[in-house]
Amino acid sequence: MFLHVERLTKRFGGLLAVNDVTFSVEQGKINAIIGPNGAGKSTFFNLISGLYRPTSGTITFKGRDITRLPANERAKLGIARTFQTTHLFEQATVIDNVIIGHRLRTSSNLFDAILRTKRHRREEQACKEKAMEVLEFVGLTGVADRIVANLSQEQKKRVAFALALATDPELVLLDEPAAGINPDETEGLEELIVKMVKGGLTVCLIEHKMSMIMKIADRIMVLNYGEKIAEGTPEEVRNNEAVIQAYLGGSAIA
Amino acid sequence: MAIFEKRRLWLAVLAALALAFPLLVTNGYYLHMMTISFIWMIAVYGLNLFAGYTGYLSLAHAGFFAIGAYTLGILTVKAGVPFWLAFVSACLLTTLIGALVGLVALRTKEHFFAIYTLCVGYIIYLVIDKWDGLTGGVRGFIGIPAPADIGPLSFQTPVAQYYLLLFFLAAVVFIMYRLVYSLTGRTYIAIRNSEELALTLGISTMKNKLASFVLSVFFTSLAGALYASFIRFLGPDIAYVSVMFDFLTYLLVGGIGTLAGPVVGTLLVTFLSQQLQFLQDYRMLIFGPVLTLLIIFYPHGIAGGFIRFKAKREEARRLKLEANRTVAELAASRQGRSERHVKEG
Amino acid sequence: MELFIQQLLNGLTVGSVYSLVALGLTLVYGILHIPNFAHGALYMMGGYVTLTAMTKLGLPYGLAIIVSMAAVGLLGVLMERLVFYPLRDAPPLHDKIAAIGILLFLEAFAQFVWGADYQTMPTPYGDVVNIFGFTLTIQRILIIASAVVIMVLLYIFLKKTFIGASIIAMAQNREGANLVGINTNKVAMLTFLLSGSLAALAASLASPINLVFPGMGHLVILKAFVIIILGGMGSIPGAIVGGYILGFSESLGATYVSNDYKDIIAFVILVIILTVKPNGLFAKEGR
Repeated sequence: MFLHVERLTKRFGGLLAVNDVTFSVEQGKINAIIGPNGAGKSTFFNLISGLYRPTSGTITFKGRDITRLPANERAKLGIARTFQTTHLFEQATVIDNVIIGHRLRTSSNLFDAILRTKRHRREEQACKEKAMEVLEFVGLTGVADRIVANLSQEQKKRVAFALALATDPELVLLDEPAAGINPDETEGLEELIVKMVKGGLTVCLIEHKMSMIMKIADRIMVLNYGEKIAEGTPEEVRNNEAVIQAYLGGSAIA
Repeated sequence: MAIFEKRRLWLAVLAALALAFPLLVTNGYYLHMMTISFIWMIAVYGLNLFAGYTGYLSLAHAGFFAIGAYTLGILTVKAGVPFWLAFVSACLLTTLIGALVGLVALRTKEHFFAIYTLCVGYIIYLVIDKWDGLTGGVRGFIGIPAPADIGPLSFQTPVAQYYLLLFFLAAVVFIMYRLVYSLTGRTYIAIRNSEELALTLGISTMKNKLASFVLSVFFTSLAGALYASFIRFLGPDIAYVSVMFDFLTYLLVGGIGTLAGPVVGTLLVTFLSQQLQFLQDYRMLIFGPVLTLLIIFYPHGIAGGFIRFKAKREEARRLKLEANRTVAELAASRQGRSERHVKEG
Repeated sequence: MELFIQQLLNGLTVGSVYSLVALGLTLVYGILHIPNFAHGALYMMGGYVTLTAMTKLGLPYGLAIIVSMAAVGLLGVLMERLVFYPLRDAPPLHDKIAAIGILLFLEAFAQFVWGADYQTMPTPYGDVVNIFGFTLTIQRILIIASAVVIMVLLYIFLKKTFIGASIIAMAQNREGANLVGINTNKVAMLTFLLSGSLAALAASLASPINLVFPGMGHLVILKAFVIIILGGMGSIPGAIVGGYILGFSESLGATYVSNDYKDIIAFVILVIILTVKPNGLFAKEGR
């Protein structure tokens, strides 16, 4: 069992954002989570990545119970994520944004920084190399020195991917990677996601663009009002009655 | 690398100017002004580290400044502790208090943090104001000694004190420089940029915020202790919100989150204040709106504006270069085609 | 026992003033998510305008209060338009700093116009009355009574009128309010108008007891922040209850603990609350 979520529930006051969801992410596959707006997808991601504490239920990662682990510790175990709004530091260069992604694998502190110790220099170099490596992977070597604010939306998404990859993850959670991207560029991102999985990573993504999900996802879970209503291969989900109901007669799925 | 060399050159010129200042300007009053502005700069660097680079507005820093100053005063005057021992103790004690405050305050976010620190600052002010027996209350605290000699070095003359403060300022700038361009500094900036993102990148935000806060309090307490030994008189006013406001004004005018900001802003504002001295108590009539307008229309300050201007120019140059290259390539390919044309024809 | 009840009455008076100030602060926070550090300056301006209207224009106390409420309410609107509105999309650091700028400007302004001296505000209600063996000035009764009346009026306004309902709607969900056709600009201005008027009323009621001076708003605003954290940021009943809790704790603390340090009580409460619950009491978890 790679990542397993057992009877996960999250309650905000009177609102059940995620209700009793059991779900497994399969290793080395593209796992997708879909559902109408307000279905609890983002809350679900925040629970897996550790930004929210669940009201009840457990999360295990590679056999270890991580339900109570803070987000930064989960990242160290190998869970990385991106956000819908990329949260990048827009006024800095691409490389300066990505360098920090490898920080969790380094240990130099304030004093190392002030005294410029050997350890600091070594680790700084390692972070830079890692950044260049992941930028090459996502195909942004050419814009490494550009200011993020001057990049296209699609390039920004790639920077966010690179940042997640720089943490040396095993599982990457992608929160609506194709939001705000035009169809041509979406294809590029699809290729990148497939390439990540081929490189040995496991991907779990939330996405609204059904064509993209149906094309690349190996498994799909459907959430509606915080509850899991269906799960299976794209083919199974496409023909699932409950899913079609949830999406108003299925017009959104095609 | 040319930019780097240029920056070194600028730094060398500035350092030379700072070193030569007492020789160039023999007017004692200006020397005094410059020395005091060094103290403010150190405090503003403290504020800048936390507000500018880590993204949290601490309104308790005037209080920490005052604790540093009063601790030095109390230790030297009331307890008879040797000056430099008292100096180090004052900084360490304030930093310790800062660490305790930070441990609790940093669990709160944004508005709560600002309100919390505002209240901590006010508690510090009230305690200094009311605890007559220890601090002299509203009457003030007098008789603080000037810095004691270190071996052959004596700090009794204004010029010697100028160099002493320049030394401390240079040390603070050096530490800030090293920090900002390090993995640790990048970590702080990542937290400022988005705490959620930083967390999911595996950064312990609490630990880093605390370290940044503690170092920031240390700088501010250092400024406070230096203030006490330079001015040699203390009143509860130095813990007051208006001192906090002065720090913020210096920082914002200069450029929050920039290395040069505290120096530029402090110099400019203290110089302008001198020109506006006839206003005395009413200078806030001018500076209040100036700060507010600045934050609305020019939130990056002088240094920040300059950096942005340079970045923009760089980007424009890059675009132009790229455009030229594309045009050249197009022209080349067209030429190739026409040559082929000729051959075929 | 008699001392205790006397202190309870004192607490009720002080608490009424605190509640009025905290109400204005919590309204603004609820609607615009701005911790308005300049709110204390509005309070201070309220004291001065009432005083000036009485001494210079010769208006009676009641009328002077109304003039002051209007004037400071408008000042609040001006603040919203000129400062907070342009900063609505800026990083959260900015509106706080801007508010501090306004605060110090208004204080310097007050000192420039009215001087730094402490001034007394005359009141026609200085007489002492005896109720069940307890002595009270009529002014104190007036404070308590007007605070209650205003709170009831505010409640009716927010619950029973359309514009009041829009304020509540906007406090709960700004974008949603915008979508259903509420003019968020108008509501923001109205909120500042209310907030300023409440501050002016509180200052005018408290001034005959507490004196008028440029720094009179400092402690009050800090305490108001403590109150709204105590009562839940943005909560209207919370501001009222919190105001009275603080009023009582202070008057009892002044008697039974130490008069010198009674002002610290509020901050000690705050430090304890935020130590235990970093997001304030009654905080909603997550978003």
